[in-house]
Amino acid sequence: MAIEVRIPTILRNYTDGAKAVSAEGATLDELIASLESRHPGIKDRLVDDNGLRRFVNVYLNDEDVRFLGGLGTPVSDGDTVTVLPAVAGG
Amino acid sequence: MLTISKELADKIVAHARADHPDEACGVIAGRDGVPERFIPMENAERSPTFYRFDSMEQFRVWREMDDRDEEPVVIYHSHTATEAYPSRTDVSYASEPNAHYVLVSTRHETDVEFRSYRILDGEITEEEVRFIP
Repeated sequence: MAIEVRIPTILRNYTDGAKAVSAEGATLDELIASLESRHPGIKDRLVDDNGLRRFVNVYLNDEDVRFLGGLGTPVSDGDTVTVLPAVAGG
Repeated sequence: MLTISKELADKIVAHARADHPDEACGVIAGRDGVPERFIPMENAERSPTFYRFDSMEQFRVWREMDDRDEEPVVIYHSHTATEAYPSRTDVSYASEPNAHYVLVSTRHETDVEFRSYRILDGEITEEEVRFIP
């Protein structure tokens, strides 16, 4: 079993249009590395040198990972990870 | 072109007026590009110059739209001291390629500025707004 990752519209060009893809790992960081190996380029849209990009929200099941452990958040089979770009502006 | 009912447009303006001088923001969900369901969102920044949807509220609303086969047809926010035109930050964070980005300015107490844009790959395209009864 793997972890389902739900992909927002704006990043579906990395997933051949798929709304959800599967990936593996024990932490969010590993999960993103696994995503990158299958969908090259996507990692850059999610993280930068300081960790998760400020205007990208990542949720583990129903929780914002910022309130869990950020990139170190443990993930396991059967979890759902949802990526949503923050809606923001000035 | 954005076609929107007068009633929904009035709700956006009323929300913008109520939150003035802070920026107001929200979504109108719908199907097939037709805006139908008004969802005012909290501006987590509570700022006169910036807005950001609360991340947990956004998660709930996006999941609800998914369950109902809806999409964010309109994403709106207000400018409270400047014109209803996308700012540089609006463009850099625009992340819903299919949405109509509606801007309302509350800088004048009586006049309303209500304009709509597509924002794609850093490009702003203003579009006509048609109000229907």
